[in-house]
Amino acid sequence: MSTTDPVAIFRQEAQDLLEQIEQGLLDLAHRPADRDLVDAVFRGLHTLKGSGAMFGFDALAAFTHHCEGAFDKVRRGEAPASAELVAAVLAAQDHMRALAEGREASETEGAALLARLHAAVEGGQQAPAAATPAETTWRVRFSFPADALANGTRPLPLIDELREMGACEVRALTDQVPPLAELAPAECRLGWEVVVTTAQSRAAIEDVFIFVIDDMQLEIEAVGPEGEAAPEPQAAAAAVPQAYAPAATDVASEAASSARTARQGESVRVPAERLDELMDRVGELVIAQSRLKQVAAGSIDPNLRSVSEEIERLAAELRDTMMVVRMVPVSQLFGRFRRLIHDLSRETGKVIELVTDGEATELDKTVIERLADPLVHMIRNAADHGLETPEQRQAAGKPAAGRITLSARQSGAEVWISIADDGRGIDRARVRAKAEENGLIAPDAVLGDSELLQLIFHPGFSTAQTITNLSGRGVGMDVVKRTIEGLRGTMDMTSEPGQGSVITLRIPLTLAIIDGLLVRVSGDRYVIPLAAVEECVELSIEQDLRSAGRHLINLRGQLVPFIRLRELFDTGAPPDPHQKVVVVSTGAERVGLVVDQILGDHQTVIKSLSTLHADVETFSGATILGDGGVALILDVPHLVAAGQRQDAHLRVAS
Amino acid sequence: MASVLTVDDSPSIRQAIKIALGGAGHEVVEAQDGADGVAKANAGAFSLIITDLNMPVMDGLTMIRQLRAQPAYAGVPILFLTTESDDGIKAQAKAAGATGWVTKPFQPDQLVRIVNKVLAA
Amino acid sequence: MSEAIDMTGAVQRQAAGEALQVLTFDLQGETFALDAGVVREVIDLTAETRVPGAAPFVEAVINFRGRVIPLADLRLAFGMARGEPTLDSRIVVIEFELKGGDATLVGLRADKVHEVTLLPLADTEAPPSVGLRWRADFIRCLAKRGGELVIVPDLSQIFATRGGASGTVVPFAQAQISI
Repeated sequence: MSTTDPVAIFRQEAQDLLEQIEQGLLDLAHRPADRDLVDAVFRGLHTLKGSGAMFGFDALAAFTHHCEGAFDKVRRGEAPASAELVAAVLAAQDHMRALAEGREASETEGAALLARLHAAVEGGQQAPAAATPAETTWRVRFSFPADALANGTRPLPLIDELREMGACEVRALTDQVPPLAELAPAECRLGWEVVVTTAQSRAAIEDVFIFVIDDMQLEIEAVGPEGEAAPEPQAAAAAVPQAYAPAATDVASEAASSARTARQGESVRVPAERLDELMDRVGELVIAQSRLKQVAAGSIDPNLRSVSEEIERLAAELRDTMMVVRMVPVSQLFGRFRRLIHDLSRETGKVIELVTDGEATELDKTVIERLADPLVHMIRNAADHGLETPEQRQAAGKPAAGRITLSARQSGAEVWISIADDGRGIDRARVRAKAEENGLIAPDAVLGDSELLQLIFHPGFSTAQTITNLSGRGVGMDVVKRTIEGLRGTMDMTSEPGQGSVITLRIPLTLAIIDGLLVRVSGDRYVIPLAAVEECVELSIEQDLRSAGRHLINLRGQLVPFIRLRELFDTGAPPDPHQKVVVVSTGAERVGLVVDQILGDHQTVIKSLSTLHADVETFSGATILGDGGVALILDVPHLVAAGQRQDAHLRVAS
Repeated sequence: MASVLTVDDSPSIRQAIKIALGGAGHEVVEAQDGADGVAKANAGAFSLIITDLNMPVMDGLTMIRQLRAQPAYAGVPILFLTTESDDGIKAQAKAAGATGWVTKPFQPDQLVRIVNKVLAA
Repeated sequence: MSEAIDMTGAVQRQAAGEALQVLTFDLQGETFALDAGVVREVIDLTAETRVPGAAPFVEAVINFRGRVIPLADLRLAFGMARGEPTLDSRIVVIEFELKGGDATLVGLRADKVHEVTLLPLADTEAPPSVGLRWRADFIRCLAKRGGELVIVPDLSQIFATRGGASGTVVPFAQAQISI
């Protein structure tokens, strides 16, 4: 559902602007002399204020006005971009965010934030004028040369502008108008006298005429209540526009603009639902194209075949482009954490360094959104429990700054994201004690190290003695684990006492269009991800018989266990005479899958199975074939595990 | 009924202008920065251009100067958007070749009136 | 006899005069009614793909407009026999929000589909706690229409329990309710 409501558009825009401003401020904390950054932050605040005022977000506009003013001073070189100023504006981010979302924001908090802001900018800006500025009455007399109208000058809008400044009395001056016989209608012989009472300054009145001032006569004089000239008042309490050096700013803003080009580039905002639709259309196109291919293959018409090939090529290119469209780099996600680390540093009093690696790695947009909260939780854990204080670290011979490393990389059909810290590592004894305390394990139970660590993901487990503000909001590691599993991903943890811990998430690229091997098992068809397939061999009758009870084949000297899919899927049908073995691997382990027939390569969109089938682990999804039929996609790691269980079972039995 | 180009990096302002002027019977085309504005102006024929000044890639003043240097747009009215705290910007804009300005925030009917008056020239 | 019916399930009673728009269909001799709002489409039988390892209630999937959706068999939830498909057999595709999840498209088997009608809520009653042939928690309410019993199933509960896991129901008692 796209929106055409400017207010809704503004809300989104405001969030984007606030994020940009925040990133700019964080960068500025490291490079306070960078003019481009100052300009970028100023521009963001300026736009936020302007658009906010436009759509009724008056509190936001008023508040932002002060931040903008502070940055304007920096921009003009009147104040430095001190650490305190940056911190003051950063502190104001949440307040502005609340105002932009239309939420309640405490006025006292707002005032405190502004006071801090003013203090940070030496000399401070004036507090907003509370009292109504005094009004003055001016007499404005103006007239134009005769050819003014023909040249495009329009007097009436000028009078309207004066009206908008305050109460007006307008009088036309007709002394220059010739008698009717000599009157040329296109000539301007009228003058005007406007008596206006306004709080605005004289300069504001002059501004009304700024575009036509070269070709007119203009007189402005202050008038007292009796209509007599009165001495002009002193500079009013209201802000007075100052003259401003034009050239320098122009050049600076242009330079800033071109520097920003690299950052922003050209982009178009597209609602996510539209991308989903597009993805579905492309998927259907791929299916229809594969049907066309079948028809063309059965036809002798050369034109049909060549068109079919052309469409196949186009569909493949479109498919490739679409895969990229929904994928966004994790830098989007990692970027949010810089602020988090900044806050965590201050809250814990520890010195924390964030290192990121593989920011360009891309993930599907929806997956990124769902990973945000779990990652935040894990980073907080690392900062809160993992890292030691600077003194503790130094005593242990480590650098005072604790390091949290976020890295991402693509591995086959998955993306691996890891959160590592170089802190004290997991205290096994404490984990053990807590698990026993919560009744998760018996006191004398024997557990391997990885099993012990896995307990941390169990619901109802927590090693924190006190629930700190940072990590203990009822979002346990068990919830994190469930979220990851909901993305069909896995997570595991390793930890070295005294050296640190690493949590690794493995997330499959779900909305991919995959290359698969289409096979037939009895009357059904299945797809095996090509990435996992190592080779296909024939299962000779002798091997089949010989290995009865063993389920192993000899592949060039190596013993590879195999699973008869016919049996695993309980088809109840007899095997084909010449069966095939598709050898698949999950890195170190291999398994042979026995099928009736290998039908060939197949590329298509992965359709996820509904929640009603989420518990069926052997399949990671489904795909629609050229004839409209459905083929389930095998989940190789689960099949390998199933094969190993079967093998162990048999070994025990025999 | 005229063809108007609105140039602003703020999508909400562009949308507001589009609704206000569109509702008054004008055709509105949007551009997101000065460079985009120049490109779109050259690709079309507009009777009026309304532009923000503070934009990335290419700011409003630069765009106005570029457009004024082209015969097709030497005489087309160009209005710019400004907030009242924009000190001295009006002089600069005038020097660049702007025809007039509209203060932000504006009410839709205000904008329509100004635009209709400018177009009536 | 109305005394045999437990009327405490009066939550089903709405203000007099209100009615529910429903799609009715037959399944093994019984008539079921679904809130018409969840029905997306009624389609002919189409190729079904078995999902090995799935609960019998959702044993297969079908291709519905390019999406792979589960095919659910209410017959299993209500302990009915699995009849053979006939010329009238259809699949009712509904869009339903599963517990704690997103709206999902699911196909339901039907022996014969009737038109969409209004079911006056005054004609509905809560399922009795005893004497019912089926699991009471699978039934949202019962209604009578033209002397016939109409079952309004509680899809949420049925899906949450995957149709009762084993898929067979032990009848509580032989006595049938009379309405």
